[in-house]
Amino acid sequence: MGEAYCVEGVLFAVTAVLALAGGVGVIAAREPVHSVLGLLLVLISLAADYLLLGAQFIAALQVIIYAGAIVVLFVFIVMLLNMRSGEGRPDRVLPPVLGIVLSAAFAALLIAAAATVRGPAASVGADYGTVQQVGRALFTVYALPFEAASIVLIVGMIGAVALSKRPAPLGAPPARRGVVGR
Amino acid sequence: MSVPAVCYLGLSAVLFALGTLGVLVRRSALVVFMSVELMLNAVNLTLVTFARVRGAVDGQIVVFFVLVVAAAEVVIGLAIIVNIFRARDTVDVDDVDLLRG
Amino acid sequence: MTAAIWVPLFPLLGWAANGLWGRRWGRGAAAVLGCGTVAASFVLSVVLLRTLEALPPEARSFQVDLYHWFTAGPIDVPMRLLIDPLSVTMALIVTGVGGLIHLYSVGYMADDEGFARYFSYLNLFTAAMLTLVLAANLVVMFIGWEGVGLCSYLLIAFWFTRPAAAAAGVKAFLVTRLGDVGFLLGIFLAFGIFGTSDFGILTRSAIARLPLGGTAATLLCLLLFLGATGKSAQLPLYIWLPDAMEGPTPVSALIHAATMVTAGVFMIVRLHAVYLRAPLAMEVVAVVGGATAIFAACWALVENDLKRVLAYSTISQLGYMFLAVGVGAWGAGIFHLTSHAFFKALLFLAAGSVMHALGGTTDMRQMGGLARPLPRTALLFAIGALALAGIPPFTGFFSKDEILSADFHYGHVALWAVGLAAAGLTAIYIVRAFVMTFLGSPRQPAAAGHAPHESPRIMMVPMDVLAVLTLFGGVLGLSFTSPGDLARFLAPVLAAGAGPLPAESTRGEVVLVGASVVVALAGLVVAWLIYDKRLVRGGSRAIHALLAHQFYIEDLYNALIVRPVQGTARLLAVFDRDELDGAVTGLGRGVGRAGRDLSRLETGFLRQYAAYALVGVLAILVYWVSR
Repeated sequence: MGEAYCVEGVLFAVTAVLALAGGVGVIAAREPVHSVLGLLLVLISLAADYLLLGAQFIAALQVIIYAGAIVVLFVFIVMLLNMRSGEGRPDRVLPPVLGIVLSAAFAALLIAAAATVRGPAASVGADYGTVQQVGRALFTVYALPFEAASIVLIVGMIGAVALSKRPAPLGAPPARRGVVGR
Repeated sequence: MSVPAVCYLGLSAVLFALGTLGVLVRRSALVVFMSVELMLNAVNLTLVTFARVRGAVDGQIVVFFVLVVAAAEVVIGLAIIVNIFRARDTVDVDDVDLLRG
Repeated sequence: MTAAIWVPLFPLLGWAANGLWGRRWGRGAAAVLGCGTVAASFVLSVVLLRTLEALPPEARSFQVDLYHWFTAGPIDVPMRLLIDPLSVTMALIVTGVGGLIHLYSVGYMADDEGFARYFSYLNLFTAAMLTLVLAANLVVMFIGWEGVGLCSYLLIAFWFTRPAAAAAGVKAFLVTRLGDVGFLLGIFLAFGIFGTSDFGILTRSAIARLPLGGTAATLLCLLLFLGATGKSAQLPLYIWLPDAMEGPTPVSALIHAATMVTAGVFMIVRLHAVYLRAPLAMEVVAVVGGATAIFAACWALVENDLKRVLAYSTISQLGYMFLAVGVGAWGAGIFHLTSHAFFKALLFLAAGSVMHALGGTTDMRQMGGLARPLPRTALLFAIGALALAGIPPFTGFFSKDEILSADFHYGHVALWAVGLAAAGLTAIYIVRAFVMTFLGSPRQPAAAGHAPHESPRIMMVPMDVLAVLTLFGGVLGLSFTSPGDLARFLAPVLAAGAGPLPAESTRGEVVLVGASVVVALAGLVVAWLIYDKRLVRGGSRAIHALLAHQFYIEDLYNALIVRPVQGTARLLAVFDRDELDGAVTGLGRGVGRAGRDLSRLETGFLRQYAAYALVGVLAILVYWVSR
C-alpha cells in the first residue's frame, strides 16, 4: 500500500500522549493552577480526537464550552479564593495504594471489555457530524431533551446566583412584604 | 477511520481510571472536581467513538447533552465549594464529614 | 315438648342479664332476676313431670332436637335434650333445691359487693347443670360437665381477693380437670365403639356391641368413672371438696352438696346398660364408693371446722351413692341422691345461718350454747342431722337403708358391713358437730360484737321447706318389698338394657332394717355421751393425727405429684426465661448490634463512599465481562 503508518495514526498517537500527560497532570499536580492547566491540555487533545472521529460540531463545542468557559471558571475560583488543602499530612481516610489498585483494576476491566469491539467502522457520508446534521437531529428527534437542557442551564444559573449570595447582615429583619399569613 | 476503535476506547478507559484515581487520592475539593471533569470527558470520547463506529449521529447528540449538564454541574459545584470555603475556611473533602454516623 | 329448651335457657338468660346489667340495676332487680329464672325453670320442670306422668310408662321418653352441632367424618353430634323420668327427676332437684338456695342467698349475700355477680354465676351454674342432666348424648353432657366445673371455680373463688379462696378455686378446677381427661377419653372410646354418644343408642346396643366383661366395656366404664371421681369427689380425687368450703355457704350447699357433685352418680345411672356389661368396673365403683364412705366418715370425726365436717360428710354420702350404683341398685342411688340433696342442703344452710349470726366463724371450738339464741336454727340442724344419721322416719333413713339392703341382697356382704360401720360413724360425727355448736356453754370470744340472733325470714323460709322435705321425703322411696314411688317412676329408664335383677326376700329385710336403726341410734348415744356428757376422755394422739391429716393422702399427693410438677414448672420457667426469651431478646440485641456495626460504615468521608461505589461497579463489570 502507501505509507507504513497513516497520518491519522500519528495524529492519534500524539493526541493520546498529550491527553495522558494532561490527565496525570490534573491528578498529580501540587498547585491547583497546574491541575487546571493539565485539564486544559486534556480538553484540547480530546477536541482533536473528536475531529479525527468526524465529530466537527462536537469538537467545536468542546473547545468553546469546556476549554473556553469551564476552565476559565475554574481558574477564576482558584485565583480568587486562594484555597489550601491539608494535603501534606499522611492520609488517614483511604490508603492511596487502595485507590491505585482499584483504579488499575477498573482500567483493566474496561480495556478488556473494549477489546471485544471488532470489525470495521461503518462508512459515513460527507455530512457526518456537521452542524447541519447534528442540528437537524437536535431540533427534531431530540427536541424534548433539548428543551429540558435549557431548563437545566437556567436552573444552574439561578442556583449559582442563589448559592453565592452573602448572608444578610445581622440586625436587619428580612423583608416581609408580600408574604401571606402570619 | 484507520485507527481501530479499540485504541480510542483504550485511551478513554485510561483517562477514566485516572479520573477515578484523582477522586480517591486527592483531598483538595477543586482537584477532585477536576478529576470528575476528566471522567466526563473520557466518557464523551467513548460516545463519539461509538457514534463513528455505528455511523449514526446519536452518540454525538448524547455528548452534546453531557456537555450541557457538565456545564451546569460545574457552576453549581463551584458555588457550593465557595460556600463551604466561606463557612469553614477549608476545601479539604475529609473535613466535610457532618454525615458521619 | 320443645318448650323443654327453656328449662336450661331461663337461667342462662338470667346469667347474661345479671352479668351485664345486674350491677347497674341494683340488688332488688338482680335478686328477682336470679331467683325468678330458676323458679320459672322449676315450674316448667313440674309441667314436664305432669306431662310424663300422663303418659303410659313405655312412652315416657322424648328427644328434643335443638340443632345439628357438627359432623366430623362418620360421627354426628346434635344438640339434643332427652326428657325422661330420670332427667326430669334431676331437673326438679336442681331447680327446686336450687331455687330455695337462691332465695336463701338473697339474705345471706345481702351485704356483699358482688351481689349481682354472685347471682349471675349461680344462674350460669344452674343452666350448665340442667344441660348436664337433660343431655341426650355424652357430648352435650360434657358441655354441662365442664360448665359446672367452671362455675364451681368461679364461685369457690368468689371472694378472690382472699388467697385461700383463690387457691381453693384453682385446686378444684385442676383436680376435676384431671378427672375430665378420663371422661373425655371415655367419650372418644364410646365414639369408637358405638359410632355415636347418644344415650338411647348406647343403652339399646350395649349388649350387642360390648362383650360381657371385655376390655372395651371395662375400659370405657373406668374412664368415665375417673371423671366421676373428680367431679363427685371420691378417692382419689376428693381433695378439692374440703377446700371448696372457702366459697359462700349457699354455694357449698348447692354445688357441693346437692347438685354438681352428684353428676358422677347421675352419669353412671344414665349409662347403666353399659356398666352392666363390665362387672369388674362395677366392682371398682362399689369398692371405691365404700372406701370413700368410711374414710371420709373417719376424717369428719376430728374436724373442727363446721363446714369441713359437712364437706367430708358429703364425700362420705356420695360414697354411699357410688356404693349403690356399683352393685346395680340404680334406683337406690338416685333416691339417696334426692334425699341427700334435701338434708345436706338443709344442714349447710343452717350452718350458714350460724355463721351469719356469729359474723363468719366456722370454727366449732369457738361456738357452743347456740341453742338458746338460735332455737329455730338448732331445730333445723337437728332435723338434717337425724336424717343424715339415718334415723327413721326421716328420709335419710329410707334411702340409706335401701342401699345397704341392696348391698346385702346382691351378695356384697363385705360392702354392706363397711356401709353399716360408716353409718355408725356418720351418726357420731354429726351429733358431735351438733353438740359442739349448739349445746354446752358458749365458747365465743367476748369481743364478738353483736349478740347472735336468728337469720332474716328470707333465709329461714327455704330452710323450713327443706326441713319439711327431709321429714316427709321418705315417702318417695318407702319400700320394704315392692318398689317405691320413685323407683316405679324411674323403672322404664332403668330397665332398658339392664340384666335381670336378683330376687329379693322379705324375711331378711326386717333384720337388716333393724340393724341399721340400731347402729344409727347407738352412734347417736355414743356421741352424745362422749361430747356432751364428757364421759370418755383422752384418746390416742397418733390416731387423732392420722385422722386429722386424712391418712396423709394429700401429703402423699403433694410429695409425689405436686412438688415434682412445681419443680418441673420452675425448671421450665428458667428455661423459658433464659433460653427462649433469651433467644428472642438476643435476636433483638443482635439486630441492634448489627445496625450499630453497619452504621460505622457511615464515616462521612466522601472518598470512602466513592471507593465503595467503585468496588460495586467493579463487581458488576467483572460479571458482565466474564459473560
